[in-house]
Amino acid sequence: MNTILTQSAADLSAALAAGETTSVELTGACLERIAEVDGAVHAFLHVDAEGALAEAAASDARRAAGSPAHALDGVPIAVKDVLATEGLPTTCGSAILRGWLPPYDATVVARLKAAGLPILGKTNMDEFAMGSSTEHSAYGPTHNPWDLDRIPGGSGGGSAAAVAAFEAPLALGTDTGGSIRQPGAVTGTVGVKPTYGGVSRYGLVAMASSLDQVGPVTRTVLDAALLHELIGGHDPRDSTSVDQPLPGLVAAARRGASGALAGVRIGVVKELGGKGYQDGVLVRFTEALDLLVAAGAEVVEVSCPHFVHALAAYYLIMPSEASSNLAKFDAMRYGLRVLPEHVEDPSAEDVMRASRDAGFGDEVKRRIILGTYALSSGYYDAYYGQAQKVRTLIARDFEQAFGVADVLVSPTAPTTAFKLGEKLDDPIEMYLNDLATIPANLAGVPGISVPSGLADEDGLPAGFQVLAPALADDRCYRVGAALEAALREKWGGPLLDQAPSLTAASRNTTGASA
Amino acid sequence: MPEITRDEVAHLATLARIDLDEVELAHLAPQLSVILESVASLSAVAGDDVPPTSHALPLTNVFREDVVTPGLSAEQALSGAPASEQQRFSVPRILGDEQ
Repeated sequence: MNTILTQSAADLSAALAAGETTSVELTGACLERIAEVDGAVHAFLHVDAEGALAEAAASDARRAAGSPAHALDGVPIAVKDVLATEGLPTTCGSAILRGWLPPYDATVVARLKAAGLPILGKTNMDEFAMGSSTEHSAYGPTHNPWDLDRIPGGSGGGSAAAVAAFEAPLALGTDTGGSIRQPGAVTGTVGVKPTYGGVSRYGLVAMASSLDQVGPVTRTVLDAALLHELIGGHDPRDSTSVDQPLPGLVAAARRGASGALAGVRIGVVKELGGKGYQDGVLVRFTEALDLLVAAGAEVVEVSCPHFVHALAAYYLIMPSEASSNLAKFDAMRYGLRVLPEHVEDPSAEDVMRASRDAGFGDEVKRRIILGTYALSSGYYDAYYGQAQKVRTLIARDFEQAFGVADVLVSPTAPTTAFKLGEKLDDPIEMYLNDLATIPANLAGVPGISVPSGLADEDGLPAGFQVLAPALADDRCYRVGAALEAALREKWGGPLLDQAPSLTAASRNTTGASA
Repeated sequence: MPEITRDEVAHLATLARIDLDEVELAHLAPQLSVILESVASLSAVAGDDVPPTSHALPLTNVFREDVVTPGLSAEQALSGAPASEQQRFSVPRILGDEQ
């Protein structure tokens, strides 16, 4: 593999600035890598080689003229297919949007373009971001680069796998209940869900508007901070966008990487661990915690008693919002239009019903029906209303916990990557993957997942989650970078160094790696 | 909380404008029952004194100056339409003959 591919975006940015490489070379190397391994990984739904190389050439011209648009100018990136990209297919992993070419860019995409990052293509995902394995994509699953028979997490498995497989140094994801952090955990990569409102949702095809958030998918904590600072900040086109400057995220990551955590209080959430968590995941979690203590942090145990109800509240709130948001796929203005069979002169409603049946997959149908039920008169108070109250209790738990701790920590996902197909038709089992990530979405607080090592029983990556109070995303970066630095020293390099090398023939690899 | 029946799922599918055939109804109804069962525990968690939260962070109305800003052209807006005619979305009939 071309050694340029394994470098961090921060290092590539420095190499570009020093004239040691060019964006065309770098982008070309990523495209070659995609051509070589993506048949086996299937991280991408669409690759825009021509567009990316044109952007790369323009970037090189800016660098040559001494006027780069941004520190990351010329560093290529992959974009989750739920973000609108003008003129590039945006399907959300759904058949109902097959081939849709948006007439506009999402704000985060516009910011990438303005900063000169060539967009390599669009990454695979569970349909409309509904899932934890990327198996609910209408275009087939993505495979985990650590073991191609296993899931890469979801819904943003494509972005995480692209970064883990060295197909792209950077990617964008979205996180509604863990869709950035859980794929990060199971692929040995870094993922950040920013504070709700910290990054614009304009042009993000909404699943659950009060929970969705765009964020960085990277291989290092510093790279995530660089990307977060680029895409974040106020956007007048998103009415929920926070109208104040971001805290210094890159500075926090650099400070954390220096290792000193004296005075930082770390709260271990009692309810996010123990039963239901894989032994190897817990062992790596405890070891990581010990490293943070060695770096000077103080550990306290905190209780968030209502977190045990977070999953239930989430599976009422999210489908309710999703069923409303997905009503726009009505076969009238964009997307699939299917005429019903055996109906002469069908009405708009007939066409709508046939199109939504043909265009939506199982999980989307499940959630729309569930949401329709939860919002029905007679059930509204018992379901949606009650879930909203529990949301208040969860937010209060956070408030109390952040009274005694600066950050809260837990394993990111309860298990390592499971086998493709294992939980596909068992919704409850699938939903349990997001046990530890969902509370942050319900309360709007930021969270990061950093690799914590490989579980002993299966040799697969596990993740360490750091949560911070709303608007204090910098704390996630400081603690995340400190942990990353300590673990790298222990491992003698990044965790991904231990991943099996992918070749064009790796399609036939079977079984767990250890 | 009530279990969800096949007929209820069929009714909900109608409300949600999704044609579900018998096979899908038979597949989805038991799954939805299990999901509803697993969320039923919520009913006892929060008392009447707990206010609901609809958004994580407090929201206020957002206004901007009433000035014209560029939007999509008709051509752009229609670019993804399944059918269009005379710069408009072309859709199947809304009403029946008798209406």
